[in-house]
Amino acid sequence: MTANAPDPSDSALPPPIRRTMRFLLNDRPVFLDRVAPDDTLLDFLRIEKRLTGTKEGCAEGDCGACTVLLGTLDAQGRLHYRSANACIVLMGMIDGAHIVTVEHLSPRGGPLHPIQQAMVDHHGSQCGFCTPGFVMSLYGLLMRQPTPDRLAVERALQGNLCRCTGYAPIVRAALSVAALSGTDDPVLAERPTVTKRLAEWRDGSRLEVSGHEAASGNAEPGGATILPSDVPYEGDVSESEGASDNRILRPASVADLARLFEDNPAGRIVAGATDVGLWVTKFMRDVGPLIPIGHLDELRGVEESDGALRIGANVSYTDALDALAERIPAFAPLLWRIGGNQIRNMGTIGGNIANGSPIGDMPPPLIALGAMLHLRKGDARRDLPLEDFFIEYGKQDRWDGEFVEALSVPLPSPDAKIAFHKISKRRDEDITACLGAFHLMLTDDGTVDTIRIAYGGMAGVPKRASAVEKALIGRPWTEDAVESALAAFEEDFTPLSDMRASADYRMLVARNLLRRFFADTQDDPIQTEAAQ
Amino acid sequence: MNEVLARGADRKHDDDALPEKDGADAQSHENAPAHQSKRHDSAHLHVAGRAPYTDDLPEPPGTLHAYLGLSTIANGRIESIDLEAVRAQPDVEAVITADDLGHNDASAWQIGDEPFLTSGKVGFLGQPVFMVVATSRNAARRACRHAKIAYAEDTPILDVDQAREAGGRTVIDGMTLERGDADAALANAPRTLSGTMLIGGQDHFYLEGQIAFAVPGEDGTMIVYSSTQHPSETQMLVAHALHRPAAMVTLEVRRMGGAFGGKESQANLFAALAAFAADRLGAPVKIRPDRDDDMVATGKRHDFRADYEIGFDDEGGIHGVKFTYAARCGFSADLSGPVTDRALFHCDNTYYWPAVKAVSQPLFTNTVSNTAFRGFGGPQGMVGAERVIEEVAFATGLDPLEVRRRNFYGEGERNLTPYHQTVEDFVLPRIVDELLESSDYEARRQAIRQTNRDANGFKRRGIALTPVKFGISFTASHLNQAGALVHIYTDGSIHLNHGGTEMGQGLNTKVAQVVAAVFGVPLEQVRITATSTGKVPNTSATAASSGADLNGMAAKLAAETIRQRLVDFAVAEHGVPAEQVVFRDGQVQIGNREVGFAELVEEAYTARISLSSTGYYRTPKIHWDRASGRGHPFYYFAYGAAVSEVEIDTLTGEYTVERVDILHETGNSLNPAIDIGQIEGGFAQGMGWLTTEELVWDEKGRLLTHAPSTYKIPLASDMPRQFNVALAEWSRAHEPTVFRSKAVGEPPFMLAISVLHALSDAVASVADYTICPRLDAPATPEHILMTIERLRADSKTAN
Repeated sequence: MTANAPDPSDSALPPPIRRTMRFLLNDRPVFLDRVAPDDTLLDFLRIEKRLTGTKEGCAEGDCGACTVLLGTLDAQGRLHYRSANACIVLMGMIDGAHIVTVEHLSPRGGPLHPIQQAMVDHHGSQCGFCTPGFVMSLYGLLMRQPTPDRLAVERALQGNLCRCTGYAPIVRAALSVAALSGTDDPVLAERPTVTKRLAEWRDGSRLEVSGHEAASGNAEPGGATILPSDVPYEGDVSESEGASDNRILRPASVADLARLFEDNPAGRIVAGATDVGLWVTKFMRDVGPLIPIGHLDELRGVEESDGALRIGANVSYTDALDALAERIPAFAPLLWRIGGNQIRNMGTIGGNIANGSPIGDMPPPLIALGAMLHLRKGDARRDLPLEDFFIEYGKQDRWDGEFVEALSVPLPSPDAKIAFHKISKRRDEDITACLGAFHLMLTDDGTVDTIRIAYGGMAGVPKRASAVEKALIGRPWTEDAVESALAAFEEDFTPLSDMRASADYRMLVARNLLRRFFADTQDDPIQTEAAQ
Repeated sequence: MNEVLARGADRKHDDDALPEKDGADAQSHENAPAHQSKRHDSAHLHVAGRAPYTDDLPEPPGTLHAYLGLSTIANGRIESIDLEAVRAQPDVEAVITADDLGHNDASAWQIGDEPFLTSGKVGFLGQPVFMVVATSRNAARRACRHAKIAYAEDTPILDVDQAREAGGRTVIDGMTLERGDADAALANAPRTLSGTMLIGGQDHFYLEGQIAFAVPGEDGTMIVYSSTQHPSETQMLVAHALHRPAAMVTLEVRRMGGAFGGKESQANLFAALAAFAADRLGAPVKIRPDRDDDMVATGKRHDFRADYEIGFDDEGGIHGVKFTYAARCGFSADLSGPVTDRALFHCDNTYYWPAVKAVSQPLFTNTVSNTAFRGFGGPQGMVGAERVIEEVAFATGLDPLEVRRRNFYGEGERNLTPYHQTVEDFVLPRIVDELLESSDYEARRQAIRQTNRDANGFKRRGIALTPVKFGISFTASHLNQAGALVHIYTDGSIHLNHGGTEMGQGLNTKVAQVVAAVFGVPLEQVRITATSTGKVPNTSATAASSGADLNGMAAKLAAETIRQRLVDFAVAEHGVPAEQVVFRDGQVQIGNREVGFAELVEEAYTARISLSSTGYYRTPKIHWDRASGRGHPFYYFAYGAAVSEVEIDTLTGEYTVERVDILHETGNSLNPAIDIGQIEGGFAQGMGWLTTEELVWDEKGRLLTHAPSTYKIPLASDMPRQFNVALAEWSRAHEPTVFRSKAVGEPPFMLAISVLHALSDAVASVADYTICPRLDAPATPEHILMTIERLRADSKTAN
């Protein structure tokens, strides 16, 4: 932050308003006066800038062909790059950022970047369409971890689909690249200049821009293109409310956000847009006025006090791998199975809760741990247990103009036995069919003192297995007790059949996860699902 | 050095171990730079994002964008279409329906069962009904949603069972293969059993979706850039849509971002409609569906129900087999006839059935019309054959491998296929023997059985070896032809064009290596150019693994024609015998004299020698009579085998693929690195088909798995923890193929059947290997767990 910029968080007055969006694209600054809420970064790159190295494979953040790097300053002014799927990055989110596309890695006609050369040498491309995305994901990896092992490479590539190679040559290429150096790496070389430029742009202002006059018509339901079948499951995508409002309101601070959202309760808050991005690309929904909050460092903090971790709503899954998994190790294997790397970089814990999905991966563990949600509307704040936030499918206890500011996770006792087990068709980068979260405290004589069990994918909301818990509490933690408690699942859940799993499988596997939890507690007091 | 190639170099035939990069020792190899591991000709462009695909081409000012409106019911009739609101949307230039197309619609093309746009009968949910053309793709796509279409809806027929119940209507006549008296063999066999296997379909999930870009030229001509595997057919469809001679239409394909069969016929509609709109509006028109619409509206791999009856003995000898292969074909024939035929052609896999009857049922359903996909029915046929082996193994208590070997085709006897072609090149036993040794199969199998019996946790392991024999050639014999065009310019640089298309398989690189070998010049001297119907006409689809066999040979013949002219010129000019004119290392040895290749070319030009030639090749020896079920449909067979080891979790059905060993033959490989890439990639795709890739429709006929969020192809982390892939370097094609190489596109796909059988082996452990798991495909975690539950229940009953 520059020295003379006002400190936005303490200001009672509205911040200055800026009406030109600005960011760096490779080696050039870009200034835009007209930006619509549903403008995506990918379309901007490909259509406006003819930077066609970034490809569209799926337009929903699953294939990684559109991977770019997003460079931003943290609260301390340090520059960080993370990979992101340009297809679901909304333009309103990248003000003040540095966007790096594959074209920036090697000059036209010049030598290839070491990662690119390794891909060539190891025959890592066949059709080549996914290749720029792989190059960018590996680039992001090597910036963080100069000499990754195979596990790190596979994790970095969870969000990149290749249909030709079977990945073997790509992994070989990744493992062969030497650590990057400033002589052959443009982004390393530019780091000081970019940091300086982005710092200058941190002016504490609110950005307000809007799209062109010709507003897109509201799509009517029942039209003739095929709507993704995930409509009822992936979030609330009912008809757009009211007329389209194609403003982007990018708050200067959390205080400004509170003010803006209270005044514009129909506004759409996005942090990483990993869900809302699909409303745009798949459902063509209006998302204005768009309120991007991903840049608000105040919401990215993780603090420990009074035996609880307070986690800001903007903490991404990637951030949580450090902050949360370090204190509660059971989170690590789960977090590594959420989305691909690009999604983990962009998606936030707050967003995963606020969108109310019954198959979000964070709520069941957080409910099992007894997390509290901190909501804010204007200057008014209220807290509620996370499990009470989810009322029924598509309905949460959130008032108009109210947003998730943070949540608090009580740190479990060192004696607690904790495990989170996710079941999906494909191990990585898949949406949950069933997720079980277990948090057990035994008395000294091995009796169940407390147990909190929560499931995702088993009901219209993330839900406690209250009857199962009741059947276990006060009983000795034995195989017999677990087996007899299994009947109580019928009271707690009546799951659905869908394309991810049948109701029968969900029920069976939900029970088996309790069996798994029991078995694991017999030999390992601290739950760690074997790292893959 | 590359790990895989390093492994290859360790193998016996060091003289054939090929350098990864252009090495100084290249010249020591015959036919260099063929047989070398040259990089893909576009690799340096791929990695830099500078390899243009159709959507990356510059758009001339005024370019318009089209989008399709799709049906929302699976079966019925359109009663009315009201598109006024669509026309009224911002930036919309035109709305096109079947009425506009008139007789230019594809319903007047060939058998006429698949219109570009339907105005009457709806055959599946997602069928194109109308097209919007607007100034932006976004505008066209949004406008589509304002259509008001009224339907009279009928109950859809969605799968094989429903199709049979409804009378078993087929989209084309089925086929029967018969040799010997299967009924008598079954009646006389010591033991018999019967069963059913369900085999799922598969979406291609090419990373680049369907796309076409039509640019009108002068006087009614049209150039279309299309992501198509079959430019000539696409050209004909465009000509049909324009109602103009084919000579007025040029199709061009530089590269595709993957295809796998999904752009063999499925690209036609997009190209034809883009061209129609471009012609109508006098402006360039591009069409590119969103991924979800692409997956809903275009065909996939056929799913099958295979019913089998087996007669066998206690020693695992199979006496007779009867198969019925019923396929969900969708609402039109498309390529379902040849696809279901090829399933039957592979119902033997590597086994001699003493008496066999196999029948196909290409069933009509109200689903998208299924189409070509790597293997083209062969994988489904082969999966049925391997199930038969597995059944006999469990029934007799023998190791499935033992049953496999007992029933392998013989040498000189027991070598007649169900279609009466003799297997003349059966190198599989050597492959299996070598693989058993390199994979340590026997010891690992014993150890796994022991560990599983001792295990008290929830994990179980399984291992299986499965073989592959895949027939190479289009079974429609006339398609086995190809053309090429080679020019040499006076500076010695070579322009190469052929009828095949590049979809990532490295075809262009291989063909260029062949041409460079003929002229004895470095590969860099050969410039590969975009496939164009204007350069090489009347081509066959790049399909059936035939790309390098056909086009490589055509290009070789073209190059040899020019080389012969150069030899004749040198002989006349320098008075040396023809055999003393040798092309090597960019030089030409003429007797005692050595001249640069470019120098000789320049001299030849000055002497008025033509430096351009076409080449044309047709595969010899093949013929096929579908009605009698007899002939010699395949020029040769490609072989390989794989050993897979898996671990399953009996609580959840989840699994990991721990280790895979593959030995596969590609003859005298034109490019070992590219061939290994095809094997690794084909295996991965096959593994996806048999494990996590599951297509799910709801009761209305709506595809629920229409995007990567719901349709799960393998990731890097799904690949085997240990993956050993080797080429059988001793392999040489039995027939005179191009430099004795063999086809590689499809055969490795089926190596993944070993994963299904390893999973089945692990599942079988829960009933102590007494019950055949009958694990259907895809073996999702759910499927595995439910099969485990069934086996546990059955073994309790049995006890």
